[in-house]
Amino acid sequence: MGEVGVKNGQEKMEAWDRVTLSRKMERLTASEYIKHLFDDFIELHGDRCFGDDPAMIGGIGLFEGQPVTVIGEQKGNNTKDNIYHNFGMPNPEGYRKALRLMDQADKFNRPIICFVDTPGAFCGIGAEERGQGEAIARNLAKMSGYRVPILSIVIGEGGSGGALALAVGNEVWMLENATYSILSPEGFASILWKDSNRAKEAAEVMKITAADLKELGIIEKVITEPEGGVTENPVMVIRQIRRGIREFLKGMSEKTPDQIREERYERFRKF
Amino acid sequence: MLKFKKTKYISLDHTENKPRIAKSQDVIPSGAWVKCQSCGEAVFHEAVEENLQCCPKCGAPFRLTVEQRIEMTLDEGSFVEWDGELETRNVLSFPDYEQKITAMKEKTGLREGVVTGEGTIQGIKTAIAVMDSHFMMGSMGQVVGEKITRALERATKEELPIVIFTTSGGARMQEGMVSLMQMAKTSAAVEKHSKAGLLYITVLTDPTTGGVTASFAMLGDIILAEPGALIGFAGQRVIEQTIGQKLPEGFQRAEFLLEKGFVDRIVNREDLKEELGKILSYHQR
Repeated sequence: MGEVGVKNGQEKMEAWDRVTLSRKMERLTASEYIKHLFDDFIELHGDRCFGDDPAMIGGIGLFEGQPVTVIGEQKGNNTKDNIYHNFGMPNPEGYRKALRLMDQADKFNRPIICFVDTPGAFCGIGAEERGQGEAIARNLAKMSGYRVPILSIVIGEGGSGGALALAVGNEVWMLENATYSILSPEGFASILWKDSNRAKEAAEVMKITAADLKELGIIEKVITEPEGGVTENPVMVIRQIRRGIREFLKGMSEKTPDQIREERYERFRKF
Repeated sequence: MLKFKKTKYISLDHTENKPRIAKSQDVIPSGAWVKCQSCGEAVFHEAVEENLQCCPKCGAPFRLTVEQRIEMTLDEGSFVEWDGELETRNVLSFPDYEQKITAMKEKTGLREGVVTGEGTIQGIKTAIAVMDSHFMMGSMGQVVGEKITRALERATKEELPIVIFTTSGGARMQEGMVSLMQMAKTSAAVEKHSKAGLLYITVLTDPTTGGVTASFAMLGDIILAEPGALIGFAGQRVIEQTIGQKLPEGFQRAEFLLEKGFVDRIVNREDLKEELGKILSYHQR
């Protein structure tokens, strides 16, 4: 992998350029990665408490013959789809669906692979009524205790707690132009400087790009994207992810369940 | 509402390397009138002091300093602080962050937004963590996350229950993603404490929001709340902007969470110590 951020002698991309790219509507969504990486995917629905959240998809598929549980925050590729998927902003029932499927993965000894792509957990009256905070907290706690491997890949936007709720992984990877942040640069600028127009400046100081977070030790791997972003050459990106998952699962298969859990605990403990 | 006589503050070791716990005078000047945020009445500060820091008119609890909370909660003289020496680092080299921390330390007498340790409640030994909203709105950065995690880990090791009083505006913006990681770190430590069969009580106080709500605050085996406390994930202004409508009266208040099933009990300040003692006694091993 070449130096991230510098491509073919081209000017270094600014953090804001990546924010823009990570939000592009044409960008590949979770369901497209699932379609290309897993065979015979069976989608499963519902949280068994309230409903089925279209912003969160999940199910079981085969990765090169091995059953794995796959979960992803789902955006749409056009406005109509995006409205249906609530722009990838899950409600509590979305996180509870993810938790239900992850509990099953732990029960049936299946690795868990999560695709993170959300501006954040949804902020609304219903979300608060149904305990958005509790839903996220529960995922964080339970994910830390699973004895199966968890891999989380940030494919677009990694917005705050809503992203973290799928990212308590043994490893966390990011696509080169994905972002992972405590809140949106707009929100950050608005809170700290009372001026959301300074979002571009905020994006720089927040350290939210894959390269910055790799350097900080927050993530393990950066998946290189073609110039102009993943849509320019999806095959190249998917090939890297496929190879990465293969190596990840192979490495994890040599560990005991307790080791897998303890290593994940230590991964987050060091922060 | 019952009137309580102001009791003596517990004495803490104020020698060097020990943080001085904030005196209420650091926050409200003695002899002044203060406005109750709940009923809007101007009330005499001394009257609030004598009423367990609750409004003498409407009974609404005022925000407490760590020292006040420890004095009200633990048996006199039983508190021993843990990990008081941890220093905040500017992990992202964020502009002016060190100055901000220094100013906060001077203003509050605290080193960070949480104090942890052990003590007894009605004779029962417990680990305790108390957050303080006067220190950068109780926001959770690396040191807050680390102290909470260490307290949970030590409680797990020493087979102690833990009581955490939460108050927080959420994540510490200046520490960016490092701050977000504290949510996972603290939640994982709660899970270990829980798996060891130990009791965890959270007491949600005004305000408990954002990353603290979405991590250790909502993970208590038993979740208590103070009356009227604002408790939620998203900020009210953000929600109003997102949905483009005004929020209903009482939204995200403790009573709302009780109704929706996310809080076990709302407990008045005057009953809190006894109630905690009772719950702890039911779980003694």
